[in-house]
Amino acid sequence: MLIYWANDEYSITIFGHTFVRFFPDWFYNALHIPSRLAEGMAFHFLFMWFFTLNGIFYVLYTIISGQWRQLVPQKKSFKEAWLVLLHDLHIRKTAPPQDKYNAAQRIAYTAIIVMGFGSVITGLAIYKPVQFYYLTWLCGGYHLARIWHFALTMGYVLFFLVHIIQVILAGWNNFRSVISGFEVVEEQPKPAIERSSEDEKA
Amino acid sequence: MKKPEKELTVEQKIKRRNFISFTVFGALAAGAVGGWKWLYNSAEEPAGITAGTRRPLRRALNKTELFFRRLVFNENHLVKTYPREMAAKVIRHNSDIGSEGKLPPENWKLQVRKNSGEILQITLDEIMKLPKTEITYDFKCVEGWDQISHWAGVKFSDFIKHYGLDLEAKSQYVGLETPDKQYYVGIDMPSAMHPQTLLAYQMNDVLLNGNHGQPLRLIIPVKYGIKNLKRIGSITFSNTRPRDYWAEQGYDYYSGL
Repeated sequence: MLIYWANDEYSITIFGHTFVRFFPDWFYNALHIPSRLAEGMAFHFLFMWFFTLNGIFYVLYTIISGQWRQLVPQKKSFKEAWLVLLHDLHIRKTAPPQDKYNAAQRIAYTAIIVMGFGSVITGLAIYKPVQFYYLTWLCGGYHLARIWHFALTMGYVLFFLVHIIQVILAGWNNFRSVISGFEVVEEQPKPAIERSSEDEKA
Repeated sequence: MKKPEKELTVEQKIKRRNFISFTVFGALAAGAVGGWKWLYNSAEEPAGITAGTRRPLRRALNKTELFFRRLVFNENHLVKTYPREMAAKVIRHNSDIGSEGKLPPENWKLQVRKNSGEILQITLDEIMKLPKTEITYDFKCVEGWDQISHWAGVKFSDFIKHYGLDLEAKSQYVGLETPDKQYYVGIDMPSAMHPQTLLAYQMNDVLLNGNHGQPLRLIIPVKYGIKNLKRIGSITFSNTRPRDYWAEQGYDYYSGL
């Protein structure tokens, strides 16, 4: 957010009336980040490497491990995602059957990769618009590329919020599975033998 | 194993795997937090040609610049130009450090220091007799705004040729300073010799006024606005990086586009 300090270029203006300006003064004051554009840029141009490399490794891993099959939306996902949403908002009682990830997750987790790719492309288009003039052209020009880049950042913030809330709601067992790679499902004790089974999902 | 070990129960297996996973997760998380703290609290670079940012961040800025320069830079890539009528009528004014107020051309001479030590004194009339080049392009500010604007002047490379500064142009850098030395920039030679780099004296077909670097300013479309020095007082050549106003305040030295 440091990098957006210097000029509040972005705003939502309809018919000449500015509704929101990115960002209002209280936002900078709350985060203690006024007048630190140079610092923000320096951090930005270091962390862009982590962002990009992390994305590349993640995508390579999902391809090599075959996990992409669990992540890419299926035909039915787009219809089912609504049902998942309604279920999560407690409007609908049942959720559609799912594999490792539900329809909404499949769409979200694939969208975030597409967004990440978009951030890298629009980022390069802004960073070196003369050298990567073709990327800038692809993004609809320098000005539009900046807006895309900014909108995607807002998208990550939204994703992050929903993601964290969902993890908290899903509870400890789910979080543990995120870390350890498997989920523990207690089965009803059967007569004579008591055992729990491990539902391993590599 | 000689002794047949007891099969681990499912519970033990779960416990063991959870322990390993969470230990690794904890270590990675601690590493990330520690790494961030190290970076955030790392010492500022020693004040020199560049200053004002953390040492590792300056290193990253310079390495990143070099990476892209080696990988993709083509000095012949031209900055996109626009039709003349798309240029803004009112040109944005951001700062006039070193170029406050008016400086009528008759009270001004451009000083160019040659390798021999000789200093050329050049008037605006002499510069205006050189071939005139015009450009309408999108001026980009490091602060985030951009504006299509129209400029006219002499190509820096034409200027070099006309004044027989070919030997000087073999140096790696050009340094420009305002007459009062309050604002100064260092430019790498390939960017200075770029065919769109101008010593500009006109904006929207009118001679530059006080706000925009009267009487002569640098227009270098391959760099952010901070490198487009207003009111050039002197030009020097060197093989080390000349001092640069914003690089001393934590910005990237090259600020190239």
